Amino acid sequence: MSDKNNLIVYCEYEDGKIADVSLELLTKGRQLANTLGVKLEAVVIGDNLKDIEKEIIQYGADTVYKVEDKKLYPYTSNPHAAVLINLFKEIEPQICLMGATCIGRDLGPRVSSCLHSGLTADCTALEIGNHKDPKTGKEYENLLYQIRPAFGGNIVATIVNPECRPQMATVREGVMKKQIHDKNHKGKVINLDVKKYVKPEDFVVEIIDRHIEKSKVNIKNSPIIVAGGYGMGSKENFDLLFELADTLGAEVGASRAAVDAGFTEHDRQIGQTGVTVRPKLYIACGISGQIQHIAGMQDSAMIISINNDPNAPINDIADYVITGNAEDVIPKLIKYYKKNSK
Amino acid sequence: MSLNIVVLAKQVPDTRNVGKDAMKEDGTINRAALPAIFNPEDLNALEQALRIKDANPGSTVTVLTMGLPRASEVIREAIFRGADGGIVLTDRVLGGADTLATSYSLAQAVKKIGKVDIILGGRQAIDGDTAQVGPQIAEKLGMPQVTYAEEILDIKDGKVTVKRRLENGVETVKAPLPCVVTVNGSAAECRPRNAMRVMKYKHATSPSGVAALSESAKEIYARRPELHIQEWSAADVEADPEQIGMPGSPTKVKNIVNVVFTAKENLRLEDNDEAIENLVKELLANHTIG
Repeated sequence: MSDKNNLIVYCEYEDGKIADVSLELLTKGRQLANTLGVKLEAVVIGDNLKDIEKEIIQYGADTVYKVEDKKLYPYTSNPHAAVLINLFKEIEPQICLMGATCIGRDLGPRVSSCLHSGLTADCTALEIGNHKDPKTGKEYENLLYQIRPAFGGNIVATIVNPECRPQMATVREGVMKKQIHDKNHKGKVINLDVKKYVKPEDFVVEIIDRHIEKSKVNIKNSPIIVAGGYGMGSKENFDLLFELADTLGAEVGASRAAVDAGFTEHDRQIGQTGVTVRPKLYIACGISGQIQHIAGMQDSAMIISINNDPNAPINDIADYVITGNAEDVIPKLIKYYKKNSK
Repeated sequence: MSLNIVVLAKQVPDTRNVGKDAMKEDGTINRAALPAIFNPEDLNALEQALRIKDANPGSTVTVLTMGLPRASEVIREAIFRGADGGIVLTDRVLGGADTLATSYSLAQAVKKIGKVDIILGGRQAIDGDTAQVGPQIAEKLGMPQVTYAEEILDIKDGKVTVKRRLENGVETVKAPLPCVVTVNGSAAECRPRNAMRVMKYKHATSPSGVAALSESAKEIYARRPELHIQEWSAADVEADPEQIGMPGSPTKVKNIVNVVFTAKENLRLEDNDEAIENLVKELLANHTIG
């Protein structure tokens, strides 16, 4: 196994542009490729891909594989999986990264199953490092450390794939930071012939209707987030959070427990299995602070926790702790904000 | 049209309340030490399966699970809610499997079941949140997959129409049978237990569970084959030893750390008007808000 092989990012394509999560992974992939001394490659599959490489290459891709066909957009599982499986057999990448989106989480397992390569879902960090197998004593250099919280976020596990290639990992949107590598970066484009990669019988699933709406919720980019947990007690009490958010020009977020309890929609979930956010102010209301939640908001510049339990775990990472019921505290915040702001 | 429906279910530790002894030294989960529940989204999948059965008289719902012998509990629970029966795939050599080795083992079990028209399972299990086993089983069986399903709209002419719930919208797709469908938590909740079925099947268990039955229950069990939940070993499903358990898992756990966050120094406020007005003024003054 030659590990001078390259690193490849599957670039998700929707509405004429590359998904943010893919650009974030190209940024991370560039760093990892530099550490390994290999090339960063990208693959994009869809329709109307003219000039799409320009967007990809500035994020540091050295090679862009393009597979273009009317039937490859919108995404369906088997044709996209067939492209990756056949391409990976040819170019043997050592690492493949994809977004932990509805597409990446549908595609990754199918590809990894066929290639018998390991896949780690929802990584929160990716690093390069060595590994010694505790049983055989065999040593491996420069493996991909796939780091992810597990078990409801109570532990963080580092996963490696010592023997199988590619080492595959998915990462959620917002976990890695996207940054243009170099606007003048040079990369080559390789157009692949769809017929060589996808068999007609791969087009088995037919899309008969599709309503894609831009999410109304934009918590990832909101500078202020008012988030509620199970401790809010009810959907009605969640309305208070919206009132505070309206007043402050904020977005409303939620913990997994609050979403599971039906207090608000899944789009607002913050944490390992939701969105990762880094606002300048995070107001946590009735959130106890399960690790899986904290993993998605601990980089907030300032954290205020409102909780009637003075020992709630989230208080440990908060800058301000208000001990009291959120239903009592929030109206006061609204009142004094209105009184003191101009 | 009668259909052979398989539901993949997993007995999972309740990850909302995990103690320190939950992990073994080798970094895998010590499932025996934890309260075990029916993986929530597998219940959503069961409901879709039961609806297909309702709409297609003569269909059967078989629940397949892999785990410890006590995982027969989820099958009994599914029977209480309307499933016809089930199989526990259980064997020491299957332990410590990653998602790939798990899907290989389950795919072998599906092959042994025989003719299957549709396989349903939850989108993901709450102990791993990977969502990988469904698509991997589909690949191993050479079937198409439909993930993130919210509702099975109909099954007609050998095709299933499914509404999918995606991050930012919905999609309706049509897939030929047999296929694998993984169901979202946003799908209809599972129907409750049926009281008659609870009475009838309360002693349903697998061979490993018989010892725990009372003497009178053992007699009933011996008389009534419908109470027998099957137990299959790796050999029963002709699993290749190289592809199961730890040896069959490409991913290895390198290490595990318990998560400890370093506590910050923080300011504690009481819930009174003065304290909160001062906080708001401070946040306005340093332009955090406003």
